[in-house]
Amino acid sequence: MELLYNIFVGPFAEMARAPDLLVQTLWEGLVSGVLYALIALGFVLIFKASGVFNFAQGIMVVFAGLTLVGLYEAGVPAFLALLITIGVMFALAVCIERAVLRPLVNQPDIILFMATFGLTYFLIGFGELVFGGNPKVMIADELYLPKGAVDLPMFGGLVSLQKIDIAAAVIASAMVAGLAVFFQKTRIGRALRAVADSHKAALSVGISLNQIWVIVWFTAGIVALATGIMWGARSDVSFALQIIALKALPVLILGGFTSVPGAIVGGLIIGIGEKLGEFYFAPAILGSALGRGVESWLAYFIALAFLLFRPQGLFGEKIIERI
Amino acid sequence: MRAPGSNAGVAAGDVLLAVENVSLRFGGVKAITDVSFDIRKGEIRAIIGPNGAGKTSMLNVINGFYHPQEGRITFKGRTRSRMRPYVAASQGIARTFQNVALFKGMTTLDNIMAGRTLKMKRGFFWQMLRHGPALAEEIEHRRQVEEIIDFLEIEHIRKVPVGRLPYGLQKRVELGRALAMEPELLLLDEPMAGMNLEEKEDMCRFILDVNNQFGTTIALIEHDMGVVMDLSDRVVVLEYGRKIADGVPDEVKRDQKVIDAYLGVAH
Amino acid sequence: MFYREAGQFKTTYAADMAVFPILQDKIGIAVIVAAAVLLPFLGAAGIVSPQTQNFLLQVVAIPFLIFSLASIGLNLLTGYTGLLSLGTAGFMGVGAYACYKLTTYFPGVNIIVWVLASGFFAAGIGVVFGLPSLRIKGFYLAVATLAAQFFLQWCFIRIPWLYNENASGAIEVPQRTLLGVPVTGPTATAETRYFVVLAIVAGLTWIASNLVHGRIGRSWMAVRDMDIAAELMGIKLFDTKLLAFAVSSFYCGVAGALLVFLWYGGAEPEVFSINQSFLILFMVIIGGLGSLVGSYFGAALIYILPIVLRLLPESLGIPIGGATIEHLTFMIVGALIIFFLIVEPHGLARLWQIGKQKLRTWPFPY
Repeated sequence: MELLYNIFVGPFAEMARAPDLLVQTLWEGLVSGVLYALIALGFVLIFKASGVFNFAQGIMVVFAGLTLVGLYEAGVPAFLALLITIGVMFALAVCIERAVLRPLVNQPDIILFMATFGLTYFLIGFGELVFGGNPKVMIADELYLPKGAVDLPMFGGLVSLQKIDIAAAVIASAMVAGLAVFFQKTRIGRALRAVADSHKAALSVGISLNQIWVIVWFTAGIVALATGIMWGARSDVSFALQIIALKALPVLILGGFTSVPGAIVGGLIIGIGEKLGEFYFAPAILGSALGRGVESWLAYFIALAFLLFRPQGLFGEKIIERI
Repeated sequence: MRAPGSNAGVAAGDVLLAVENVSLRFGGVKAITDVSFDIRKGEIRAIIGPNGAGKTSMLNVINGFYHPQEGRITFKGRTRSRMRPYVAASQGIARTFQNVALFKGMTTLDNIMAGRTLKMKRGFFWQMLRHGPALAEEIEHRRQVEEIIDFLEIEHIRKVPVGRLPYGLQKRVELGRALAMEPELLLLDEPMAGMNLEEKEDMCRFILDVNNQFGTTIALIEHDMGVVMDLSDRVVVLEYGRKIADGVPDEVKRDQKVIDAYLGVAH
Repeated sequence: MFYREAGQFKTTYAADMAVFPILQDKIGIAVIVAAAVLLPFLGAAGIVSPQTQNFLLQVVAIPFLIFSLASIGLNLLTGYTGLLSLGTAGFMGVGAYACYKLTTYFPGVNIIVWVLASGFFAAGIGVVFGLPSLRIKGFYLAVATLAAQFFLQWCFIRIPWLYNENASGAIEVPQRTLLGVPVTGPTATAETRYFVVLAIVAGLTWIASNLVHGRIGRSWMAVRDMDIAAELMGIKLFDTKLLAFAVSSFYCGVAGALLVFLWYGGAEPEVFSINQSFLILFMVIIGGLGSLVGSYFGAALIYILPIVLRLLPESLGIPIGGATIEHLTFMIVGALIIFFLIVEPHGLARLWQIGKQKLRTWPFPY
């Protein structure tokens, strides 16, 4: 009885007691959701076009951020460093296409998935070798990113919004819109969708697979760079981010692996669900001593519970097994 | 190999399986609409029809992979509307597939041995030790599997992973795997698709031998009309998920609706 | 010329079904087992110095065996049954913590009993996290195992009861004896611990080999290769998958208990982090999915390679910092994974088979 109270009444009473705190928590959830969504977006791009489940998206975020900061620290002006980093991401896309994707054409998905594990490890080693293993501070000021906070009076309290978070949300929305246009309206976008449906059929109508792959991985690299800058500006650029990036998996499960809007919605659900769980539900159910840090696994459980009811994701179609 | 299911309460000529008013839908798509037919013990029953007529779906319904929204299926006198595929398997329904569905990473021997899983009774403890009863059981089943291998003339590929075999042989291994289950009813989904003439003749011979020697009842889907008319005792014809004809081959061959379905008809 | 089965005729199915049907293989296995048993006596025989002896056992042989066991566990699940797991370290942790609690409550019972018993706890937890495998497959299942990984690690950190409320938050392994000889704790010699680990790992490998060569192993592989066909042949998918989760987690749990009790002598939750899970997955991939001997190869390569990399520049007199070596190791491991997936997706085990095939026909390959 008390347990039921703790689950179904306690947390909500707590929310109602201090609505300004609730809004603050929701906002925090929204922001981390945007960042999950950005990583998930990189996954979706690559999955759509090459059917590869790119485990390395997280490390690509770290790698892009590190390259940017590393170049700046080496004395390159900030915006030049940004340009060079974009160049590096392009080079990375070309290398991945040559060394990993091209030789593994037509292999089962799971083999490609595991190849991206290898890629992750390679990039971790390479990144640490070149830039060192210590966390770095993102050059937010030099890139003219806003800082400080806006305080909004609300429900008799103050809700504090970091300007950088607002910027992240705006940039994420712009990127999603841009990608949607790119996919639906351009010739390359159409080729991408064709490749996603069937490699062989796309080849037969004269679409160059190799070229498409480079473009997609490069686009994912740009998304990774944007994510790296945003995330780096909130905390540090460090390899710990790579573990957090795994949360893109539950996001994708909610949103479906091929849906760009799905990645966004999934990200927001996971981000907000996680924060509500951490601040309201876990302390009420598990007690204040034990109920901390549930953020580390809650996202996976949300996704899992969701999977049991809707195995194809929010926006996916119902799967009919054939034989 | 002993005749499978000889002790079941169904004598030759009786109805072994009856499909009554079965309908199957996927969302709004009607795969099968109100189809009824029966399969008698010991016969070779062909299911034919143009592409997309619902033939494979029908087999999937019979062995429990799809659950029809309406209708009943009676096998060996027991009626059911829903059941899991392994229940169908344990009651004696075996199956081969249109696109070969072998276990690609395993050898021919292991594939056929896997067909005997249901017959093997030794539990986890003995399996763990692989001595005593478990080993004796394994050897006994190996002996029976070797008989099937002999029968299908695939001795030379016994230890080859099936993924490396040519298509015709894969089909033959798949038949072997189904036979290893000692089925009472054997469902063959296009057993001769993509084969050359010689391979087809071999396969026909195997099918007839299985039917004659072991008394196994066979239901097969096939597109080669010559084969269907020669092999089968009775034929059921489906079109767009409905039954349009049912009877002995000569009857069906002359049926106007069947001719229309295959040759098209001017509207 | 020497490795050839010509003239060895098999007259019974039993002989044909043996795990090592060829005489030369039997000899090879006997030699390896003998070498493994004799390894701790190298020092006593004066062949290597006591320091080298200790190094060989404590730094190389014991962890190698333990990681091999964990790889076998994961291989049963991922390689044989085709269920990708990213939660191996979590299940290893369950074994370690279960063993710790059991020996705390019942210090009188032999520690080896508890090491093996802790496997059952891991198996139980493994089955719970395997339940979603009824409805979900592939990448989706990887999320279920990630849930296990992060949830279990969270438990190891947050639940003080698990580590007996130690201030450090870590397990400290108490001393336990077997027939009066210390097996765990600071006074246990490397030789004793080595023999215990060797016996357990060899025994469990034998059992795993029996399982995969019989009905259960065939069911696992059938589910891996074509689950629908397996189900239509009467293999119960759910039971088969859960059994794979249980057995796999049992092996991982025992490996985790061995890791803490007979190698580290103590452990923090960090030992069972996701990175450990990845390393064991890499061992399985590089060694060969669906091969027991491959698990040993993979563990050898992934675990021993960094040691060699650390020692090699030193012995050659090349000054490279320790951190640099670590980074290089990451790069090499990553590159190796990609290399193996491209060149030989079946890993070192397949290369080994090809080698044996070549040897059979040598020196007249045609």
